[in-house]
Amino acid sequence: MNNNSNFKSLSLGQQLAVKYFSAAMLLFCAQMVFGLVAGLQFIQPDFLYQTLDFNVTRMVHINAMIVWLLFGFLGSVYWLVEDEAGTELVGYKLGNIGFWVLLTAVVIVVVVYLVVQIGPGTQSSLWFINEGREYIEAPRWADIGIVAVMLIFFYNIAATFSKGKWSGISGVLVLDLLALAGIYVAGMFYTTNISMDQFWWWWVVHMWVEATWEVLVACIMAWGLIKTIGASRQIVTTWLYVEVALMFGSGILGLGHHYFWIGTPEYWLGVGGFFSALEPIPLVAMLVHAVYDAGTKNLKVTNHPAFAWFIAHVFGNFLGAGVWGFFQTLPQVNLYTHGTQWSASHGHLAFYGAYVTINIAMFYMAVQKFRGNIDMGSNIQNKYRWKTSMVLLNVGALGMTIALLIAGYEQAFIERAVGGSTWSGYFAAQSDSTFISSMNWRMLFGVLMTIGTFFLAWDLLTIGKKNKEEILKTA
Amino acid sequence: MTKETKWMSQSFWKKIAIWTTSVMLLILMALTFDTVKQITEGSERVPSYSVINNKIFYEFDKDRDILAPSIGGPAPLFGQKLSESDAEELINLGKLTIQAKNCMNCHTILGNGAYYAPDLTKAWLDKGWGSESVRETLMLNFLIDPEKNARSFGTNRKMPNLNITESEAKGVVAYLKWMSSIDTNGFPAHFESIKQVKEEK
Repeated sequence: MNNNSNFKSLSLGQQLAVKYFSAAMLLFCAQMVFGLVAGLQFIQPDFLYQTLDFNVTRMVHINAMIVWLLFGFLGSVYWLVEDEAGTELVGYKLGNIGFWVLLTAVVIVVVVYLVVQIGPGTQSSLWFINEGREYIEAPRWADIGIVAVMLIFFYNIAATFSKGKWSGISGVLVLDLLALAGIYVAGMFYTTNISMDQFWWWWVVHMWVEATWEVLVACIMAWGLIKTIGASRQIVTTWLYVEVALMFGSGILGLGHHYFWIGTPEYWLGVGGFFSALEPIPLVAMLVHAVYDAGTKNLKVTNHPAFAWFIAHVFGNFLGAGVWGFFQTLPQVNLYTHGTQWSASHGHLAFYGAYVTINIAMFYMAVQKFRGNIDMGSNIQNKYRWKTSMVLLNVGALGMTIALLIAGYEQAFIERAVGGSTWSGYFAAQSDSTFISSMNWRMLFGVLMTIGTFFLAWDLLTIGKKNKEEILKTA
Repeated sequence: MTKETKWMSQSFWKKIAIWTTSVMLLILMALTFDTVKQITEGSERVPSYSVINNKIFYEFDKDRDILAPSIGGPAPLFGQKLSESDAEELINLGKLTIQAKNCMNCHTILGNGAYYAPDLTKAWLDKGWGSESVRETLMLNFLIDPEKNARSFGTNRKMPNLNITESEAKGVVAYLKWMSSIDTNGFPAHFESIKQVKEEK
């Protein structure tokens, strides 16, 4: 904490939020470092071979991402709950215990990932080392901890709204959090049958990132638009309902686009293809809504970095989740692209565009208040820092996505269309000169992104610290 | 609020949101019940574990216009015919091993996972194993000592040694054989199988 910080002057919920945001930012840096190592292993397979193999570095890379985004979401909700409910958080102490339990669990899990790495083929390996299921690798003991912490969190938020007042935003938010926590349980069981395993695994992964997380960020965005540009609550809430209808209307059955090739019946080709093709529509709606609202308010905002990141979120969400998802969502295309670098390309831009951006926006919302409710408009000191980090992160993410897309095209063509989807076809694609140069470009853009992340951390630690900025009169 | 703008009102969209979500959830639940039935082991799409006692083919099905698995004559894995429960036990060991060794953070299985190593969906039928007579031995040797028996096809990307025991390796091979019999709606595209002699059922 610096001398000018106002940690104690923050409300209880906001104090909790700052803790969550700090942990999120640290994990974001870790995600970048492990991403670089994993990217480098594509180019130099000998790098850390038998020491930190790709399966470990990639697991830490994607797990750090899931966890830091979750930390960011929990922080964001803790940040806005008191403001939205008009009352103090009901269970600060409980929330604080939850935070430390979650953080301790994360540290233990990561240390075990890095040191123990793998175990024998027994149930105890899955309980104590890792579950070996992409994105939800956390061992079973940690799953139970995560659910417990989510319940504490849910209680805290729902009870605070009950004590204070409810609104359209809080109603959607609480129902969404309930679904988000409940869905995680679908991933907490073991089965020998891989089709069954994947069927329920997708319930967690899809229903999180393509349904409940999207609605959660829509709630944060709605609150953010009211706060940053003073958008009308009536209009924002109506839009939120429109988005929920479109998001769940397309996203729930859009789950079917993961059920094309895992042993599930053929009707999923039609159901999944149709509904997932509709999934970009709510993202277009969000984009139109945010840009329109911003325009009507003449962009008079007192927090430029936060607002810029909110706008980056709507564009990123539309491009990464919407457009890049649509590219390969029809089964006729997906047959060739599924499980190639196409998926990696989509994954990178979707997670970045939809979720990284809005978390960074919330970091800036918090830091403004934390540094004494200062004016972070055009007169902010050292604005080159946030601008540099934003340019580096955006250029890095987009460049990496395009490089991976080119690699994906090569792979789909050489491995699938020509190579008969065999191992020799796979390696022929991996050795192709365009594929290799794409991977080199990916690495370069990854380095840019990492530099951007450290710039971001530096800016968050220093922005407004000298208190040369004006203090805003109202909160 | 006038009549003309009712469709733009908050309460109207709130109802739409609730109704849309509920209807979609109901449809999903109905489809889930049906799908779970169809993907339970022993079904037409996901054969029972004892399928590893037979040959498995993955060939073009003219009626469906896609590649589809079919089950051939007896070909017990490692020369030993297994009962349904013994087959399940062996395949279960394979699944536990696949998860505990974190295979999916390099490989894809049914197309899901990481893209650093080949897809394993039809690995049992991959023509890279040469001929069916040596396939089982090659697979076992590879899993137990992947460094010495690397299958990198001219690249320097090698599987690390994951301390897989012989029994775990047998479980993994059984797992891969069983998985190759799952009907994946023609995935992966244009798959070219290893040559296998067709015998009477």
